[in-house]
Amino acid sequence: MGDLHTYTLAGLQGMLADGRCSSVDIVNDVLASIDRTDGRVQAYVDIDRETALAEAAASDKMRAEGDSRMLLGIPLGVKDILNVEGQPCSCGSKLLKPYRSVYDATSVAKLKAEGAIMLGRLNMDEFGMGSTTENSSDQVTRNPWDVGKVPGGSSGGSAAAVAADSAIAALGSDTGGSIRQPASFCGCVGFKPSYGRVSRFGLTAYASSLDQVGTLTKDVRDAAILLEILAGHDHRDSTALETPVEDYSAVLEQDLNGVRIGLAKDFFVEGIHADVSEAVNKAVEHYQSLGAEIVDVSIPHLKYAIATYYVIATAEASTNLARYDGIRYGDRKDGDNPIAISCATRAAGFGTEVKRRIILGTYVLSSGYYDAYYLRAQKVRSLLRHDFEQAFASCDAMLTPVAPTPAYPIGSVLSDPLEMYLGDICTVPANLAGLCGLSQPCGFSAEGLPIGMQLLGPAGGEASLLRIGYQYEQSTEWHLRKPELEVSA
Amino acid sequence: MTGQYRENAEGVDVRYVANLARLDLTDEEVELFQGQLENILGYVEQLQELNVDGIEPTAHAISVDNVFRRDEALLFEGAENIPKNFPAENQQLVSVPKIIE
Repeated sequence: MGDLHTYTLAGLQGMLADGRCSSVDIVNDVLASIDRTDGRVQAYVDIDRETALAEAAASDKMRAEGDSRMLLGIPLGVKDILNVEGQPCSCGSKLLKPYRSVYDATSVAKLKAEGAIMLGRLNMDEFGMGSTTENSSDQVTRNPWDVGKVPGGSSGGSAAAVAADSAIAALGSDTGGSIRQPASFCGCVGFKPSYGRVSRFGLTAYASSLDQVGTLTKDVRDAAILLEILAGHDHRDSTALETPVEDYSAVLEQDLNGVRIGLAKDFFVEGIHADVSEAVNKAVEHYQSLGAEIVDVSIPHLKYAIATYYVIATAEASTNLARYDGIRYGDRKDGDNPIAISCATRAAGFGTEVKRRIILGTYVLSSGYYDAYYLRAQKVRSLLRHDFEQAFASCDAMLTPVAPTPAYPIGSVLSDPLEMYLGDICTVPANLAGLCGLSQPCGFSAEGLPIGMQLLGPAGGEASLLRIGYQYEQSTEWHLRKPELEVSA
Repeated sequence: MTGQYRENAEGVDVRYVANLARLDLTDEEVELFQGQLENILGYVEQLQELNVDGIEPTAHAISVDNVFRRDEALLFEGAENIPKNFPAENQQLVSVPKIIE
């Protein structure tokens, strides 16, 4: 075939159903695309070729026997933070290099139950901590549009692989923007469902009150297809909501008459790149042309979101990462006693950004500082939630930038972590308030780099949000542009 | 921006906190983190501007009350593979140094 790696999930479903290609054809094309491009992009940290091809052949046989499961024989990529039985799950960390998963994450199990093939593991910032995918012990992933630029992070491998057509779609996780920001930098669609919509069992924990599993896809329809499979309660994750799973694909085609889109000036922060604000403002005009009503809303506490987030996220991280003590798994270092083993194992196993966040998180939780930092941040989090409740009383979705800038050069924020953190201003509020957030292409910078817009919806508002994103996407062509990796190969 | 937080930030004893977090740090790391943490905590200081009297803290974005299920033992398939991840193993048990003398 040759070009099946360029298809969407929905496109391949049609091809397979019509018998116009086999699963083996798809896996071969994706593997060939990886061979051509991943040397430069460096998105994958592990690829299970033999198993993928064997499963593809088995899928073709099952299809011939009448099996028509939704994802039968379609290969997907997985961020290296979600467990797939038998595969590594090192979370970008040297400490977990020897680890092999002994079970499937619920999200992975649900995709497998629909017949999907887990083709490979995608690079990330260690334990999800970073916005560039430079904080990985494996490799630095490159932006497919310009290999001198970062792909964003922490799900940078997932976003770069989807954008480079070396993955049909991929799973990611989003604690403060880790799906949406790399989607914006790489020009694909990133979807973070509301807190609790998708089970996190088998997702290695970073900050438990913020983490959510989501997807990186080539278009919004694919995000809807995957969410239908992924969403739902799980007895292994008590935070996974019991609210019914909707038919997200069914409402995509509804037009936008009567839909109110909220615009908050607060998100157009000081220092925002002119190309970004221009692209997002053009999207606003486009929504008006589609019949949506634009309403002014306000998030008065937005300016406190970064400070609030980095207190809460690092505090939770410092406790979650206490489990990496070198005793039960991981790359244990020698020591005379368990504490010495722990200190040495963690010193050798964790990278700089993880150490920085563990120390910050330990500090804000430590005796004498808890009230001043952690408790106060939790209260400001309530204020921010209230702002969004007010805003969503007068609109169905909010339209904002995803990141203040397009992708920046590799190495440019490594020495200044605060500068990197400030770039998360538009994405962290969704995690703090439990909202669903969709990042999708809405333009390109003068330099030729993708620019994303973010749609935010209230918790549980996935169906409406995906429809609002889909209506924009289908009446524009930004999502169809591809980087020129293949051509320059 | 020189309230009580700033003073606190300047007083961060990085090595003490790292010890609480069970992290050995090199002298270079202590120096690096000292400046960066002061910078970050100086930024976080702005949370002090807000009046949060009477505001309930948010622990989870979507609060779920007690979630109950039957207290039943479920089979974990593949349990026999867990010891393969032990850094040191002895007859399917994790091997550790002596903890109590």
